[in-house]
Amino acid sequence: MRAENYQAVTHPESHEFELNFGPNHPGIEGNYALKVRVNGDKIVAAKADGGYLHRGFEKLMEGRLWIQNIALVPRICVPDPVPMEMCYALGVEDLCQFEVPERANWLRVLQLELSRIAAHLFTFGGHAATVGMYSNMFWGIADRDLILDMFEQMTGGRVYHMYTIPGGVRRDVGVEQLDKISDLLDYLEKRLSDYDNLFFNNKIFIQRARDTGILTPKQALSWGVTGPNLRACGLAFDVRRDDAYLCYDQIDFDIATETAGDALARNLVRRKELAQSIYIVRQVIDYLKKDKSTHIRCQIPNPLAWKVPAGETYTRVESSKGELSFYIVSNGGEKPYRVHVRGPSSMHAVQVLEKLVTGGRLEDVAQIMFSLDACPPEVDR
Amino acid sequence: MSKIKLKVQQEAISHASKGSMLRPFKALAFLGRKPVTEALQARIAADIYRGFHLNDWDKCIGCSTCHTICDNAAIQMVYIPDLPSDLLAGKKPFRPAIDYGRCCWCGLCVDICPTGSLALSKEYIHTCTEDHIDSYFILPDPKGMHKQPFEKGWEKSDQTDLLLHHRQTMQQLPALERIQNFDEIVQGFTDQAAFEEASRCIQCGFCHDACPAQMHAPEYIRAIWEHNFEQAVTQIYRTNPFPNVCGRVCTHRCESACAMQVRGEAIAIRWLKRYAIDKVPHARVKALVSQSEISKPDNNLSVAIIGAGPAGLTAAFDLVQQGHKVKVFEAADKAGGMMRYGIPEYRLPADKLDEDIAIITSMGVEIVCNTIVGKDVSMEDIVTEYDAVLLATGLQQGRSSRIPGSNHKNVYSAIELLAKIKRQEDFIIPHKAVIIGGGNVAMDIARSLARLQQQYYANINIIVTTLETKDAMLADDSEKREALEEGIVLENSRGPLECMVCDDETLEGLKTVACLTVFDKEGRFHPQYDYTDEVIYSADMVVEAIGQNTVLAFLGDTITEQLEWQQGKIKVDNEGHTALEWLWSVGDMVKGSDVIHAIAKGHQVAKSIDTYLQNIKVFS
Repeated sequence: MRAENYQAVTHPESHEFELNFGPNHPGIEGNYALKVRVNGDKIVAAKADGGYLHRGFEKLMEGRLWIQNIALVPRICVPDPVPMEMCYALGVEDLCQFEVPERANWLRVLQLELSRIAAHLFTFGGHAATVGMYSNMFWGIADRDLILDMFEQMTGGRVYHMYTIPGGVRRDVGVEQLDKISDLLDYLEKRLSDYDNLFFNNKIFIQRARDTGILTPKQALSWGVTGPNLRACGLAFDVRRDDAYLCYDQIDFDIATETAGDALARNLVRRKELAQSIYIVRQVIDYLKKDKSTHIRCQIPNPLAWKVPAGETYTRVESSKGELSFYIVSNGGEKPYRVHVRGPSSMHAVQVLEKLVTGGRLEDVAQIMFSLDACPPEVDR
Repeated sequence: MSKIKLKVQQEAISHASKGSMLRPFKALAFLGRKPVTEALQARIAADIYRGFHLNDWDKCIGCSTCHTICDNAAIQMVYIPDLPSDLLAGKKPFRPAIDYGRCCWCGLCVDICPTGSLALSKEYIHTCTEDHIDSYFILPDPKGMHKQPFEKGWEKSDQTDLLLHHRQTMQQLPALERIQNFDEIVQGFTDQAAFEEASRCIQCGFCHDACPAQMHAPEYIRAIWEHNFEQAVTQIYRTNPFPNVCGRVCTHRCESACAMQVRGEAIAIRWLKRYAIDKVPHARVKALVSQSEISKPDNNLSVAIIGAGPAGLTAAFDLVQQGHKVKVFEAADKAGGMMRYGIPEYRLPADKLDEDIAIITSMGVEIVCNTIVGKDVSMEDIVTEYDAVLLATGLQQGRSSRIPGSNHKNVYSAIELLAKIKRQEDFIIPHKAVIIGGGNVAMDIARSLARLQQQYYANINIIVTTLETKDAMLADDSEKREALEEGIVLENSRGPLECMVCDDETLEGLKTVACLTVFDKEGRFHPQYDYTDEVIYSADMVVEAIGQNTVLAFLGDTITEQLEWQQGKIKVDNEGHTALEWLWSVGDMVKGSDVIHAIAKGHQVAKSIDTYLQNIKVFS
């Protein structure tokens, strides 16, 4: 623009205007949007605007046989699909009173923890990108891909494994495969220091993330915050320990916590959980190598003639995002009467996100959302 | 508690060090590392990868179970005209086609496939221009989507199989117990066993197609699984008025076609039918059947049926429901034909048969017993009195081998002797009996005589001689096995030569020679004997169980002349219509087989008679 054509803009009295942050904003996580009212760079108010990924899973599940839903549930949360399968399977098993073989439970933990590592790597990458550090994103995605390779070899699918079914799992995992996973864990453990150097110890990140989006323990509890976000406020609650499912009660692990409650603390909790998950997977591999059983599934009825006894059940697991629950109601039929998914992200991406960004700066919106690790497909379902 | 070193991470939290000037040079360490990005080339998929489908067309039977389980409705069954179709063997010319616009590669189709023909391959790349958008809809074969040599990925194994391949065990009396009397051997399913057995069904409908009467087996199996026994009985009665009989003695073509028997055991469809009918009280069955069909008003046309066997009674059952008056003439003292006098009590208790017949008569069928046409009532009277006549007399006369001595009084035909036993008539129970024949009738008479021997002499001495080898014998495997368990001796590949009679007219035994072959090159019955290999089985009774003939003398000369004949049988068209427009013939006398075929033909002939009677009504 030529200087002579330049005319200074006369601002109205109020500098506030509404900005659509997403769904096509590069900083937003997935197909999600926030309507933010900004005054300069300062956010005056925010309104979560979801629904772009609504696929109606809960309703779809009512129209499918109990077994068919195993293909549907992992799609609820794309980056961390295993807990979805797990939670659904636990619910159906509870209603059917299935006795799941021990080996299947350990195989499930293997899947769950690998999925957690993959999901956390994904989240770091995303968060780093929001503060302008793209290398970390490339690394995170590339390392996650190595875990997806393992999933492919164990389950036949990279992203949607559809591996856990009510009654057990669909395939056994051999010793060779366990060795491969073990090697991968060695590699990932070495990589942790690279991540620390690049990201967690990075001054830019620390300065951006510290004191950003602070969540107090009281707020966390009243807003339904769970998972790493809750633990970052100093509250050590983890479904794996406090309402142990599968064989978590036989596994040694720490609950990672931080106290600051800000975006940095939330990332550090995930960083600690990476190490914990690697430690858990090592224990699982040890168990599976020693275990000589080949029994990976209890006897389930013919999938085409399978009625689940009438009743209702509420099951929960600890996903990488927080506490994931399924409320399943059966009226004794061949299909679920009602399935409700209580995903952790619906709290984190709506009420928590709205409140945390308000009063903050526009450039922090994306990083706060990533620090909460909200998963839009799970919000919308 | 933690055994993990969290040193690095602790440092991050404190963030005390500001780092050195040389720190950026750490990045040089990455120069020697392999890049994390990879060149764009196809990666070899994992061993159990879920890629595009493969389908072994030789193994696939077209049962469409993959189509049923597919949660995305991605699988359609496509008719392939060139493929062989064999409904009796459970093979249909349909193959699954996959719409990759819908498929989610969950692999449930593979895990449920009853034959194991479906698998997923390691192939996963397909792209096309808009012009070839149909290329996402493919018909998988063993060669794969692009005819590239990709291996199988996700395959079915016993560990991943979602189907239940093992049949529920049926409670049966053990040999030592059942040989003591004529109690029914098969005890019937328990509630739990029936439910479990019914739950194995995949509802492919092959049983329906293989059944001569096209029974609605998938529907009644489903109803049993749903504990809706009245619904099951209603479904059974749609096509079969003899559920008690067929639930016990049916030759169950359905089970040979069952898709489950490819890799496991067929669903016990026959026993499930029996379970359903046993489960509903007789009075309730009667009420259900009377509701099930809406009869047309009585049109004053009448049908005479000669012979109250399965074919005649089925036709009668259908015709009364179509509003016609039906009268059945039966020569014996009770209705049922071969079901009553040919099948031993231990396989089909008479009271169960009575139940089925009671339902038929409750619908308005009139059965007059002890009435021999040609003697008690003349054929001419029937012809004048009724608008249509159906011959369903069956095969009442045992065929004779006509070997020397076969006219001795202690040489019986099996069919005659079975009726005697069933009627509890007196005859001298043999100490040693030899049966000629290797079919189910031979087994029936051998096993019946064995029970009588056990009761009277506490010793079984029965020899069954057959022309065929043990494997080629016509009797069912279960009959052979159970006969052997009961102490009956099988002598295979023996041809009867003479019933040896002593000077004092007592029967001494049966002289046999080795039978080399039964059929000639053209497949005609023409046994070849080795006369040097001679064995005599001593016996005080010889029973011939080598087939039966029909007796049609009652028809009279005029009708006999008017009819067309073919190989000693009345010639009929596909619907059982003879050359005379008011006369039909059905059942064993047309083509002998079994109860369910007789029922199927009974339905067919009833339809033909109904059409004829409707026309009479219109033109009068």
